[in-house]
Amino acid sequence: MNIAIASGKGGTGKTTISTNLALTLVERGKAVQLLDCDVEEPNCHIFLKPEIDTSQAVNVVLPRVIKEKCTGCGICGQVCEYSAIVVVKGNVLIFPELCHGCGGCTLFCPEQAIEETHRPVGIVEKGTSSGIRFIQGVLNIGELMSPAVIKGVKKAADETDVLIIDSPPGTSCPVIESVKDADFVLLVTEPTPFGLNDLKLAVGMVRQLEKPFAVAINRCDIGDEEVWRYCDDETIDIVLQIPDDRRIAEAYSRGEMIVHAVHEYKGLFEDCWEKISILYCPDVKQAQE
Amino acid sequence: MKEIVIISGKGGTGKTSLVASIASLCDHKVLADCDVDAADLFLVLDPQVQATNDFSGGKKARILDEKCTACGKCVLSCRFEAIHYPPTAGRAVPRIDPTFCEGCAVCTRICEDDAIVFEPVVNGQWFISSTRYGPMVHARLGIAEGNSGKLVTLIRQEARRIAEQDQLDFIIVDGSPGIGCPVISSITGSDMVLVVTEPTLSGQHDLDRVAQLTRHFNIPTTICINKWDLNPDITEEIESKAAEQGIKSAGRIRYDPAVTKAQIMKSSVVEYTGGAISEDIKSVWRNIIYALG
Repeated sequence: MNIAIASGKGGTGKTTISTNLALTLVERGKAVQLLDCDVEEPNCHIFLKPEIDTSQAVNVVLPRVIKEKCTGCGICGQVCEYSAIVVVKGNVLIFPELCHGCGGCTLFCPEQAIEETHRPVGIVEKGTSSGIRFIQGVLNIGELMSPAVIKGVKKAADETDVLIIDSPPGTSCPVIESVKDADFVLLVTEPTPFGLNDLKLAVGMVRQLEKPFAVAINRCDIGDEEVWRYCDDETIDIVLQIPDDRRIAEAYSRGEMIVHAVHEYKGLFEDCWEKISILYCPDVKQAQE
Repeated sequence: MKEIVIISGKGGTGKTSLVASIASLCDHKVLADCDVDAADLFLVLDPQVQATNDFSGGKKARILDEKCTACGKCVLSCRFEAIHYPPTAGRAVPRIDPTFCEGCAVCTRICEDDAIVFEPVVNGQWFISSTRYGPMVHARLGIAEGNSGKLVTLIRQEARRIAEQDQLDFIIVDGSPGIGCPVISSITGSDMVLVVTEPTLSGQHDLDRVAQLTRHFNIPTTICINKWDLNPDITEEIESKAAEQGIKSAGRIRYDPAVTKAQIMKSSVVEYTGGAISEDIKSVWRNIIYALG
């Protein structure tokens, strides 16, 4: 099973839930891989402190003009929808950060004067921590194309019992890339007006992607009742509620896991997994198909 | 006129709450909510929308069923795996999933039957509004839409236009978390970036990356540590590391449950309470003005 932990709003506790859930499942004897797909600001490593054993560059396509063949006709510039390739007075200029790697310029050049090379935009690292297979992506500073690095992270995953994907915040391209192959999405929120507004956006996203999902409410006693009311109205299951506990906040600040620092919360993650298993229930789904 | 962008690297550190307070402390400014993925500033500032505009971030491809011969060339040419045959038996026409279409137009150009149209799509809406604290430009990006960077650029341009027209002193921009496309679009060419962080190892790690980004684009940067009393040791460490990199601290804001209460009451923190936290925030704002020179 492949489960993505996502949220509209940042800082709601995606990483906390991803790492603690992963550890809970490993301790129950499952083979677990954790993918940190928040490649702009990956934080799982702070809590898991994995031993990294491999590191590989993530490359994206970069067109290169073969000068001897180029006639300066300008077709490549015309077909590029991203203004990543521009022809000025017969000279071809390429802006690597704007290139989406669609292959259009190479494909449509009548002289076959454009070849594809690659340039790195980030790295994918693999390692192990407390029995968890860990993979993270790190976007290079100043690069725009985080989805390319997220793709690289997902490609690096192996067959496993449970794959946990820690997604970036928001609802746009990097999040879609992170959750699109998931079997189930857990949306993390907090019971505040900001939390609720961003939860609604995230629910809209997972519904559009037609993913089964449930909600986790972090710091569940800090705000008002509106998140519960919304979930009730929309018949959305709430599978995890974590109280606002200074011990959790302090453990978090030091990069410690909740299940290690405050033992009594271990049961929360075990329950959460039970509930998700019942909701997702692959056996029933397979029987229906 | 000075443009100040509030970002954070890590999400949920209190950007929007701080922007709402700055909105009530700063005169002669326009507000721009550039966190288009999760725009929340409107929840506090209750904007009265004056003008609504569609946002089109680009074009997307669509297959005309009646012209399509199902040759499959488009399916093979799409690098974004956005074109698929439906999982039905027999000779079916492929489908383009708009969520994954990146608008490259390769399929449109490769189709020999003129069966793929390439048309502008509306990805969201943007608004010019009035609030109790002056004009505000904000947006709503459609669910699962891309092109947030373009929308951010548009909002900043509009905010600048209003600031010039009304001869305002400040543009206050609420940015998004991360260091990618929308963040880069929100900071380039601004006068100052204020990074709101928190005294946690995650906050520290993410601040480090966002500081590298602002250095990369050569933008003056200040930091502010929210909920600093959660871990005074890490607060000290963040401030001293920042100072080594030439990043000034605009101050510390203490932890106070009033922040959540203010949000529920649709108030900014400084409107909601005259407590110590409001003094912290006022001091941060004074230091920013001072740093701007």
